[in-house]
Amino acid sequence: MANKNLSVWTSIPFWRRSAAWVTGFASILLIWLTFDTLGQITMGTDDDLKNGVTKRVPAATVINYKIGYEMSTKRGHEVPTIGEKEPFFGKEWSADDAADLLHLGKLTSQTKNCMNCHTLLGNGAYYAPDLTKAWIDPAWSKTGPMMAMTGKSTKEEAIAEFLQHPSTYPTHARMMPELGITADEAKGLVAFLKHMSSIDTNGFPRNFGKEEGSTNAH
Amino acid sequence: MLTSIKENHLTNKGQELGMMYFRVAIILFGAQLVMGLIAAIQFLAPGFLFELFDFSVARMVHINALVVWMLYAMIGATYMMLTDETGHEGVAIGLGKLGFWLLTAAVTVVVLVYIIVQVGPGTEASLWLIHEGREYIEAPRWADIGIVVVVLIFYFNVFATYMKGEKTGIMTVMVANLLALAGLYMAGMFYTDNISMDQFWWWWVIHLWVEATWEVFVGTLAAYALIKIIGAKREIVEMWLWIEVLMLFGSGILGMGHHYFWIGTPEYWWEIGALFSALEPVPLIAMFVHVLYDWGKEQGIAEGRGETASVITNGPAMAWIVTNAFGNFLGAGIWGFFHTLPQVNIYTHGTQFTAAHGHLSFFGAYATILIGMMYYGLQRAYGVQRMKLTFKSKMGIFLTTFGVMGMTIALTIAGYEQVIVERGEMGATWNAFFVAQNLPWYVQAQMWRAIMGVVTLLGFIYLAWDLLTIGKVSKEAEA
Ligand code: HEC
Ligand code: HEM
Ligand code: HEM
Ligand SMILES: [Fe+2]
Repeated sequence: MANKNLSVWTSIPFWRRSAAWVTGFASILLIWLTFDTLGQITMGTDDDLKNGVTKRVPAATVINYKIGYEMSTKRGHEVPTIGEKEPFFGKEWSADDAADLLHLGKLTSQTKNCMNCHTLLGNGAYYAPDLTKAWIDPAWSKTGPMMAMTGKSTKEEAIAEFLQHPSTYPTHARMMPELGITADEAKGLVAFLKHMSSIDTNGFPRNFGKEEGSTNAH
Repeated sequence: MLTSIKENHLTNKGQELGMMYFRVAIILFGAQLVMGLIAAIQFLAPGFLFELFDFSVARMVHINALVVWMLYAMIGATYMMLTDETGHEGVAIGLGKLGFWLLTAAVTVVVLVYIIVQVGPGTEASLWLIHEGREYIEAPRWADIGIVVVVLIFYFNVFATYMKGEKTGIMTVMVANLLALAGLYMAGMFYTDNISMDQFWWWWVIHLWVEATWEVFVGTLAAYALIKIIGAKREIVEMWLWIEVLMLFGSGILGMGHHYFWIGTPEYWWEIGALFSALEPVPLIAMFVHVLYDWGKEQGIAEGRGETASVITNGPAMAWIVTNAFGNFLGAGIWGFFHTLPQVNIYTHGTQFTAAHGHLSFFGAYATILIGMMYYGLQRAYGVQRMKLTFKSKMGIFLTTFGVMGMTIALTIAGYEQVIVERGEMGATWNAFFVAQNLPWYVQAQMWRAIMGVVTLLGFIYLAWDLLTIGKVSKEAEA
């Protein structure tokens, strides 16, 4: 077949060359798009935040600001909003300190293996709630149950307390275990969660926290 | 299988080394299933081993054992076919054996650390010594480096043998594809504080492995196996192989966009990911047709010659390869397509639906054909002319396949419940998550998953038992 070809469709060299061209073309396109994407998902700077420049992934100092998640009619889905300043663990964090705190938090999220129970940005395990928008989850708000339960007066302190002793504050039979998280690591993790909630995820998850009702479904 | 090397009908050292890799692979497969069952039980009885051996630990070992046993079996299968394809006895196989022992020692230490140490403080040292906490590629940094070294040895064996021997189409694809497969691992070896950047590169390893390079690897294995097991013509399987490479890489490389919908990456991935990943099932259909068509054709030609016997010289291997053709198409093609469009994925992303797809695809596309290659290795090791399915082979293949299919259906139902209630009705909060998790139908589905998991484990026991005994049994039957 290969030597006496009746048709190009049964020619091995033809398919080999086509395979090489298609693979090469797809790879080049991927690399080109990768460069563009990397530019767009590189963390912004503190100045971007001060000047109101919107970045898909803001600087670590975003922890100094109020974060929301609002419908954008222009984009047709919800987007994170960065509002006025608010203290985080009682103070405003400098660019360096905020970066260090986020570093500790992200590192701890890996060494404590959050991703093998939870999803982060929707990727990971399906045993526990998605953490993408955990920072703005209604349960942690002033009207939610968790601040009272942990006896803390701010959201960040409540989450940090929970992370250090999760099985002391259970809300469901399926509990989060003690992972030996220290007070510093817990602060870092809260910064990591707050930072993650400010990332522009193109509207995932949809309708987050909008529905307060319950369901009669089975 | 234990005595397969001493028995030694193997004609070359590469095949011996291949059998060594297969043995570790099957042990790790067993460990994978036990860990999966622990995790599945924890869904139903969350107090089970709580704060002793938590879900995260069981799941990490479950999916790591999965990835490692498959890589072991892939390396084993490559050593198996090396001399057959190149006509050369193999360069520096002794060094390859050293690599095997290094890798196996490293894997043992890594697993023991996962199980005993479990988590470390939030320091760089934990990433170096304990684990990196990134799904599927959790191996600590020291092991990453070890893996790279051993893979370099393995690649040297393959590449040098290829250069000295005959350069068939199958081997050419193998050599090029393995380079990409090994190189991609390095995209997952660095740390960043930016979670979007982290996941962007993480998918380069996971997606470009399972939906590009591993699929092409399966294509080369199937090509080789069809020649050996049913006597398919090389010209035909090699032409198919190039067409498969074209379609798999053509769709799979840019299909990666289906993981870039919601992780902080720009919107244009919606269109690119949807378009290319929607094409990914096409080569899987082609591979399915190819296996069944060649089988029918070879049998027809044999019957035309007046032969009555089956053209299949290895019943269990062929049974697993046919299961692969179905499983790859169903698990990756159909179950993948279900949730690959952004309009659907915004709701299904990160739910039990994903887990349903993950199980059927890994089992259907990879476990099946790799087990088939183990049977083929045994046939060669024992010098058996015709290997027939035993009762144990049949129970093994039936129960594992039925079990995984059952788990997939259960998880799909759980996924529907979760998607509609947690994501659709209630907006994905902590509370919404648990309302969905506690729905009676959801709990029932989790129960069925656990039951079907036990069925899968039973099938595995038959399978392992068969692998241990079939060589001797077939040999005696022929004598
Ligand atoms: C062994 C599994 C497991 C691991 C590991 C784990 N969690 Fe959890 N987590 C849970 C479970 C289960 C819940 C729900 C607890 C409840 O409702 O009582 C939970 C709840 C939470 C919550 C509250 C839910 C929400 O949406 O706000 C946060 C925040 C959280 N975990 C963060 C983390 C972080 C950060 C890590 C890593 C350092 C982590 N978890 C590791 C299982 C785990
Ligand atoms: C005894 C049978 C098995 C049981 C009980 C089981 C159970 C589980 C459980 C509980 C999880 C965690 C899912 C979650 O995060 O919610 C999981 C994940 C996973 N398992 Fe299994 N499993 C079994 C067999 C297998 C087999 C045979 C394969 C493939 C060959 C496999 C591949 C996977 C994969 C790829 C994941 C990750 C899925 C994802 O993140 O989407 N499992 N399994
Ligand atoms: C053999 C090939 C394949 C394997 C082994 C495989 C395996 C997996 C696994 C394990 C995951 C979960 C990853 C995680 O833990 O987060 C996943 C996700 C996904 N797969 Fe596949 N897959 C394959 C082919 C395909 C194909 C062909 C398609 C599309 C047509 C597809 C579409 C998807 C999508 C859209 C997701 C993301 C799910 C989510 O958003 O949660 N897959 N795949
Ligand atoms: Fe993918």
